[in-house]
Amino acid sequence: MKFTMLAAAAAAFMTLGVNEALAGRDLDQIKQRGTLRCGVQGPSNPGFGVPDSQGRWGGFNVEICRAIAITIFGDPSKVEFVPVTTQSRFPALSAGEVDVLSNNTTWTLTRDTNVNRFNQPAITFYDGQALMVPRRLNVTSARQLNGATVCVQPGTTTELNIADYFRANNLRFTPVVIADLDEIRRAYDSGRCDVFTNDFAALAAQRTLLTRPADHVILPERLSKEPLAVTIRQGDEELTNIVAWTTFALIDAEELGITSANVEQIAGSSTNPVVRRLLGVEGNMGESLGAARADYARQIIRTFGNYGEIFERHLGTNTPLGLERGMNNIWTRGGLLYAPPAR
Amino acid sequence: MSATTAPAGPAFTERATAFLRACFAGPVNSAITLACLAVLYFAVPPFWAWAVTNATWNGNAETCRAAGGACWAFVREKFWFSIFGLYPYEERWRPATMIVILVAMVVASTIRRFWGRWLLLGWAVAAPAMWLLMQGGVFGLSFVQTRQWGGLTITGIIAVYGLALGYPLAILLALGRRSELPLLRWFCTAVIECVRGVPLISLLFMAAIMLPLFMPEGVTIDRLIRVLVAYTLFTAAYMAEVVRGGLQAMPRGQYEAADAIGLGYWKKMRLVILPQALTVTIPAQVNTFIGLFKDTTLVVVIGVFDFFTTLRAALGDPNWLGFPTEAYLFAAGVYFVLCFAMSRYSQNLERTLRPESR
Repeated sequence: MKFTMLAAAAAAFMTLGVNEALAGRDLDQIKQRGTLRCGVQGPSNPGFGVPDSQGRWGGFNVEICRAIAITIFGDPSKVEFVPVTTQSRFPALSAGEVDVLSNNTTWTLTRDTNVNRFNQPAITFYDGQALMVPRRLNVTSARQLNGATVCVQPGTTTELNIADYFRANNLRFTPVVIADLDEIRRAYDSGRCDVFTNDFAALAAQRTLLTRPADHVILPERLSKEPLAVTIRQGDEELTNIVAWTTFALIDAEELGITSANVEQIAGSSTNPVVRRLLGVEGNMGESLGAARADYARQIIRTFGNYGEIFERHLGTNTPLGLERGMNNIWTRGGLLYAPPAR
Repeated sequence: MSATTAPAGPAFTERATAFLRACFAGPVNSAITLACLAVLYFAVPPFWAWAVTNATWNGNAETCRAAGGACWAFVREKFWFSIFGLYPYEERWRPATMIVILVAMVVASTIRRFWGRWLLLGWAVAAPAMWLLMQGGVFGLSFVQTRQWGGLTITGIIAVYGLALGYPLAILLALGRRSELPLLRWFCTAVIECVRGVPLISLLFMAAIMLPLFMPEGVTIDRLIRVLVAYTLFTAAYMAEVVRGGLQAMPRGQYEAADAIGLGYWKKMRLVILPQALTVTIPAQVNTFIGLFKDTTLVVVIGVFDFFTTLRAALGDPNWLGFPTEAYLFAAGVYFVLCFAMSRYSQNLERTLRPESR
């Protein structure tokens, strides 16, 4: 509570005048400094941002920041990673300790508007509260969970959401309230409750820790919307554009079938004008964006691959997290990822 | 202690008999003894099986999960990370060297024979040298920002620098609060009360996030230095009250005697009052020291990766998910060793500084 109040006080202070940024001011500062300061979730966030045993940051959110650095500098190494906590992330952004937050911050109205004066240019990951059940229950939808016992953390939106969902669907349930996430997992694993609920990505991480992860399924329903977006300070149109179109380039590349393996070959041979524009072979997309080089998207894809490749490398089914693409798939394949045309 | 170290002889047998007699003197004592033994019987073997018999020392997360016991392989894998944190891998020799110097200096400072001008001079050289070694940017060392410092290294830096700088400041504040100059007295009282009346977390937050807002455009002070200043102030305010307690415990006669032989204020304090006041407050001082040392973990709220936070970051490694117990036990062990060392040293100091032993 103390943290949030302090954070709010710090954020309120910001609005008093320091944040009267001119367009492009943040971007100018970043360029002058020569590095992008990227706030990532501390201490760590499995799959999204984790330091390895040698102290090097890796993960989905980390590579998003490196991609933004390619757009700005043409160099993925020009990033300083600054670990921020859930309490310190907004004051740190307001005070200029970091330039961007890439730390699983949900896009909400108050964050995007006058209260905090932030901008959340593009969604990088669609999360939402999900339900996990043992496979042996033969349940395929949350609607079949009438009378279930549900393990849940007290005092969280998770607890409220599940109560709302069951009431709205005329279902009964028995809550088993346990404060600690590890304790909940053990309780669920030993069969004390039928359902384990949390945000999807967190739930998938918890599933890897069960005795037999393959014996449990995460149901398709989502009880809440948690669109996670890169967050920056309000007032810099150019940086907003760069963050948005870096994300869109990753999504477009996947939609167009461009991967780290074939990007050079496609750039050399493709006659598709959409592809040629995206990869900087023709047009002046990079220049209008203010990118360091005309072929910024080509460099990003060569370095990290498209959205799908980054997803599979850190979160996908071959990783310990084992996430299905689900909502985080290209719109043509039933997901929500849809980028405006780069033209 | 000597009962266990003396291997045999009548003294040992006597003490053992006395011990057993005390354990089973009367029904209440016997019941308590039996209850304790029962708790140990039920707690120790399972713990032993987990921590030793079924433990995995080498291997990866899979072999650990298969064995079912403690995964010490995880602690081994993350050991150096917990020492150096996010410091660039290729440059780890620099914090390693710094730790060696730091430990050498601290050990030297605990030996009474070394107390004197040379030790102070040594610190005056070593403290900036260690900082330069870590930060680089000179003598061909690459520049490493303080935000990349981490692990046990940064815990050591914050604790040693903060406590070493805070201690003299505390003495000055304590003397100031008892001064006869009203302005000085009010100022010192205000500093102590204001800093002590605020949680360390808020001070750190102020130093890390709020302070930059009040600085003129273009002026920046390194975040770690701001944190160190906040921590030093906090240390000083707490220690000042301990020292003041010592000053007040001195009998009036000591002050009068010092005045009577014509000592000025500083000589009176340095030669007569402070040596006694500091000695009688050693237990309270060490109590505060240990508390403040453990408070260094709070720097996590402003994103500094101290030893404890580094271990928590290691828990998020997707290849090593699910070994929090091992990590926390390791952390507890390290903190215990350091705090226990402080405690033992202070007891030793108390004995040697006692007037009758000199």
